[in-house]
Amino acid sequence: MLPKNDKAYVEMVKRLLPSLKRREKGPYAIFECFQEIPCNPCLTACRKGAVDIFIDINHLPIINYEKCNGCALCVIACPGLACFVIDETYTKTETSIKLPYELLPLPKAGQEVEALDRQGNVVGKAMVIRVQNHKKMDHTCIIAIAVLKEQSLVVRNIRY
Amino acid sequence: MQSTEIAIIGGGPAGMCAAQAAAEQGARVTLIDRGKQLGGQLVKQTHRFFGSEYEYAGIRGIHIANILEDAVRKLDNIEIKIDSTVLAIYGDGVITIEEGENYKKLTSKKTIISTGASEKMLVFTNNDLPGVYGAGAVQTLMNEHGVIPGENVLMIGAGNIGLIVSYQLIQAGVKVAAVIEAAPQFGGYHVHAAKIKRIGVPILTSHTIKEAIGKEFVEGAVICRLDANWKQIAGTEKKLDVDVICLAVGLSPLVELLWHAGCQMKYVPQPGGYVALRDRDLQTTVPGIYIAGDASGVEEASSAMIEGKIAGLSAAEALGYNKNASHMKAKYMEEINILRAGNVGKKVREGLKMLAV
Ligand SMILES: Cc1cc2nc3c(=O)[nH]c(=O)nc-3n(C[C@H](O)[C@H](O)[C@H](O)COP(=O)(O)OP(=O)(O)OC[C@H]3O[C@@H](n4cnc5c(N)ncnc54)[C@H](O)[C@@H]3O)c2cc1C
Repeated sequence: MLPKNDKAYVEMVKRLLPSLKRREKGPYAIFECFQEIPCNPCLTACRKGAVDIFIDINHLPIINYEKCNGCALCVIACPGLACFVIDETYTKTETSIKLPYELLPLPKAGQEVEALDRQGNVVGKAMVIRVQNHKKMDHTCIIAIAVLKEQSLVVRNIRY
Repeated sequence: MQSTEIAIIGGGPAGMCAAQAAAEQGARVTLIDRGKQLGGQLVKQTHRFFGSEYEYAGIRGIHIANILEDAVRKLDNIEIKIDSTVLAIYGDGVITIEEGENYKKLTSKKTIISTGASEKMLVFTNNDLPGVYGAGAVQTLMNEHGVIPGENVLMIGAGNIGLIVSYQLIQAGVKVAAVIEAAPQFGGYHVHAAKIKRIGVPILTSHTIKEAIGKEFVEGAVICRLDANWKQIAGTEKKLDVDVICLAVGLSPLVELLWHAGCQMKYVPQPGGYVALRDRDLQTTVPGIYIAGDASGVEEASSAMIEGKIAGLSAAEALGYNKNASHMKAKYMEEINILRAGNVGKKVREGLKMLAV
């Protein structure tokens, strides 16, 4: 079941996180994919072979964090927009989060925006670091935002 | 009277894959669709498809339609008729078609019916007011013609279609006031729900619509809670100021032609209503008539494509064409079984058990 509230959700996501050592090394992907559905673009999109091969297309994807370098190809490929890239090394106090984003207008780098949690509640501010939108991405843009460290697992959308 | 070897009725993903598979075996195919273009549901699907890489998952539905159509148009043993509605299949095998303004007849040695599905309706007060739409109509207006249906939408039904169309409405700049769902849990995929939740759209389970408000058109809707027995709870009514009520309450296979052709039909809830009995080759109880895609049971584009390939190969094989056909068919059967193996495929598996001959 989809977690009812954000707290329960964050707890589920925590279980997906790589080791502290890996988190301190730089960006990594997380897949917020908790339901077995017949779907596999994350697996086939990854060029690093960092998604453990699953033969049954219904299985949940598992990331091999030795191989994942946080390149964010999965963020564009996932039809569920359920892949995010987290970089806890962004600054001392902030984490950067790469979000898939398919709405217009797009924000601009340097813009301050509202940070939303998974229920669409405003939980603070975020700074847009970068907006990636090239042809190959076919309108699934990647917005990199900076949020306070303690909000790394809470913020999953923006509004402005 | 025209004649063909394999007539395929419905040019959605199932029909196009059937046409390609049969034509590649060498059969002469006529692919018929009532739409102005091939593609079926795909031409309205602006989102990336979930599913298997083999069936182009991760690509937007509209692009998948182009890929399949290009493949079909490359084969010169496929004749394509668009803007052509099949009206009937008669006992002597004659297929009648309204082709543009003309009435045409066609005979075929084999026929594949891949007509897709139609939307279910919901009973509530004033459900005939302008502003009450089916999700398919909203998609056609918005994604094919670039017209938004209104400003503020109440979506009824939190299956994948309700969730995805809500998301597409938001992308088009339309507000979605809420998605309501009668069941205590929504039926769509979690990831599709998560997408609209984080934009701030509430998904209200155990809720239904009581009535649409308005004289000439929809000016609001009254929703209320349902108890554990799906009974409306008095006093829980809430009025929403919406100008569109969009229904996404399920699909039923479009099977009129199968009835007409005399195929043995059975009411099975899992695939969405009346469906035809079929064998492993997707042949119905009427020899030479095959089914594929949502018309054989409402499922997904990935499975519709594979079923199309299986039906196309089977029909071609039955006509004596055989370029490795049985081997390919076995491969596709394995693929579709894998697709249906999981939790969400349970319903499909249960339904199929009741339909095998
Ligand atoms: C909002 C939405 C989102 C979806 N998202 C996904 C997804 O992400 N992944 C996925 O795998 N699936 C998805 N699907 C499901 C997928 O679109 C369908 O399962 C698939 O299109 C079924 O293919 P089909 O060829 O059987 O039928 P259709 O695509 O419905 O095609 C049937 C065709 O038959 C034609 N036809 C019907 N009757 C006649 C007649 N009498 N004469 C001539 N032509 C006729 C119609 O014009 C139509 O073109 C989605 C569906 C919807 C509505």
